[in-house]
Amino acid sequence: MAEVEQGCELFSAGHRACGGCGPALAARLLLKATGKNAILVASTGCMEVFSTPYPETAWGVPWIHSLFENAAAVASGIEASLKKQGRSEKVLCVCGDGATFDIGVLCISGAFERGHDITYICYDNEAYMNTGIQRSGATPYGASTTTSPAGSCSLGNLHPKKDMPGILAAHGAPYVATASIAYPNDFVQKVERAINTPGPCYIQVHTPCCTGWGFESGETLSMAKLAIETGLWVNYEMVDGRVEKAKKVRRKPVEEYLAKQKRFRHLFKPARRDDVIANIQAVADANAERFGIDIKKKESSE
Amino acid sequence: MLEFMEGSHAVAEIVKRCRPQVIAAYPITPQTHIVEDLAQMVANCEIDAEYITVESEFSALSACLGASAAGSRVYSATTSQGLALMFEVCFNAAGMRQPIVMTIANRSLGAPLSIWNDQQDSISLRDSGWLQFYAEDNQEAADLHMIAYRVCEDHDILLPAFVCFDGFILSHTYEPVALPSQEEVDAYLPAFTPYQRLDAANPLSFGMYATPEYYTEFRYEIDRALYRAKDAFARAGREFGEQFGRDYSALVEGYRLEDADTALVAMGSICGTAKDAIDEMREHGRKVGLLKIRTYRPFPAPEIVDALKGVSTVAVLDKNISLGNGGAVGTEVKSALYGSGAAVYDYIIALGGRDVRKRDIAAVVDLAEKGKGDMFYGLRTEVL
Repeated sequence: MAEVEQGCELFSAGHRACGGCGPALAARLLLKATGKNAILVASTGCMEVFSTPYPETAWGVPWIHSLFENAAAVASGIEASLKKQGRSEKVLCVCGDGATFDIGVLCISGAFERGHDITYICYDNEAYMNTGIQRSGATPYGASTTTSPAGSCSLGNLHPKKDMPGILAAHGAPYVATASIAYPNDFVQKVERAINTPGPCYIQVHTPCCTGWGFESGETLSMAKLAIETGLWVNYEMVDGRVEKAKKVRRKPVEEYLAKQKRFRHLFKPARRDDVIANIQAVADANAERFGIDIKKKESSE
Repeated sequence: MLEFMEGSHAVAEIVKRCRPQVIAAYPITPQTHIVEDLAQMVANCEIDAEYITVESEFSALSACLGASAAGSRVYSATTSQGLALMFEVCFNAAGMRQPIVMTIANRSLGAPLSIWNDQQDSISLRDSGWLQFYAEDNQEAADLHMIAYRVCEDHDILLPAFVCFDGFILSHTYEPVALPSQEEVDAYLPAFTPYQRLDAANPLSFGMYATPEYYTEFRYEIDRALYRAKDAFARAGREFGEQFGRDYSALVEGYRLEDADTALVAMGSICGTAKDAIDEMREHGRKVGLLKIRTYRPFPAPEIVDALKGVSTVAVLDKNISLGNGGAVGTEVKSALYGSGAAVYDYIIALGGRDVRKRDIAAVVDLAEKGKGDMFYGLRTEVL
């Protein structure tokens, strides 16, 4: 437990994230949305490690980390405790995709089923980055990671990305949203809406990882934007289980996004894998169909 | 006034009077009656607590950790597989210095699956940093909860505690128990004042990671706090005696040890049987006594040495086994008595609910006095 030096930012500079870190930007934006009256619960992972090497901390709000997989359960206890004490702080979990999609599902499911008044933020960088880029349930189809490496007889990760927002909407969550650090105002507004919505809310924010995905550190925001422009990431809101709003785009081919990242390099070299690229294009097409994101002729972007 | 009640009910009644603000528990035999009773008390507004019906023991203790860090007095109860599922959170809660009190209705661990009593579950968490108190009867089980909150919440200690009582043998047994009134408990146990808490007015970071430059010192601090808990327990136990007439200041308690040549060492309900067996053996002129260990963690090694001065033979009754190295209590008693000259023998006994009768205790004493020990007692060789 250490005291933080207060600056104008609630998420202080001087933390140990890589240059160009997407999750670090998400943390900074998150605290702009919550303000000081929040308690954050972290899972073990990149953000926890780069922000709190004892005795230093980057967090200007109360922050607690217990284990990898129990943030939602810890948050349940905090929320119950605050309720009993008549306190007003908002309780938020801030966890990576491994903690959220994989090892923490039991605790998250329990917390959402019980209806605790918490907001769960998943910063999704699409693999276990803290331990060296191993695949998670959030890793997209076709990506090479250290535990789903591309090889002479493998195309990398063969499984589609798990639909966590859908799973949590199915728990009856009143507000579920996806966001991207490429659209900071949208993310901040979604967090504000979530923390002011009673009950368990979920936001999955796309946070590209230059180290894990293999692109230049100055390209983080453009990579996040390309994910949206290709339809491989969709920013949408679900209210009481129904999709209410999805960001529309004039879609670009997925190849523009894939070709810029080392995790997809095996799809282009040594031989071009049109079949796999087509499969990934089909994922984007299905997203476009499901969320209705394609801008038709004479229609302007939302 | 003594009331006749089930052990689980006595524990629930005393937990209610300790005023936990958040309860999180998951049902598991033989702990269920405690958490059912508490749920009913919450449903009847007899207790002003948030009761979180978690989806697993892992979440039960995680929720308690969060609630405690946010500044509430918390309570949970579990046993056996449930405690095993909490393993990771147990180490974490102690490391994060959260004063959580949890009842363990002691039960064996599978495989093979067994719902019956031994003490393998809590003893397997001996290295976790939790204080461990063992009750001989239901009165002691109830009383130890009040003492546990006093010790755990002491700002010089700040550690979690197991209050252990034998599953079924105590949890489901009706005994006369004196329950103090709410006013009496309030007089003994003040409201919880957290040392630090999650609070927007004073933002602190809890549960940061430590590099090699700091990790050892964190572990050292926890270890020191466990040793300080000896005095804190003795003080809380003495003050309990002054208020309620039942003194728990002793970490170990001798029974007819004064002139004993042979001493049994045990924890929990088996001590009651051992005392009766000792009374009978004494009638036949056998100089036998018992040393009951009340606080397994912190382990009262000097207190054991002191209590067993002059004893030539020691027989430890171990309701657990550290597979591949004998009983855990026996190993530690041997370590404590190293160089004392006493012959110390260990007996693995009463695993998975196997009944122990007075004649079994006498048989163990016979074996020890013949120099036979470090063995499973009462093994059914015909089914091997």
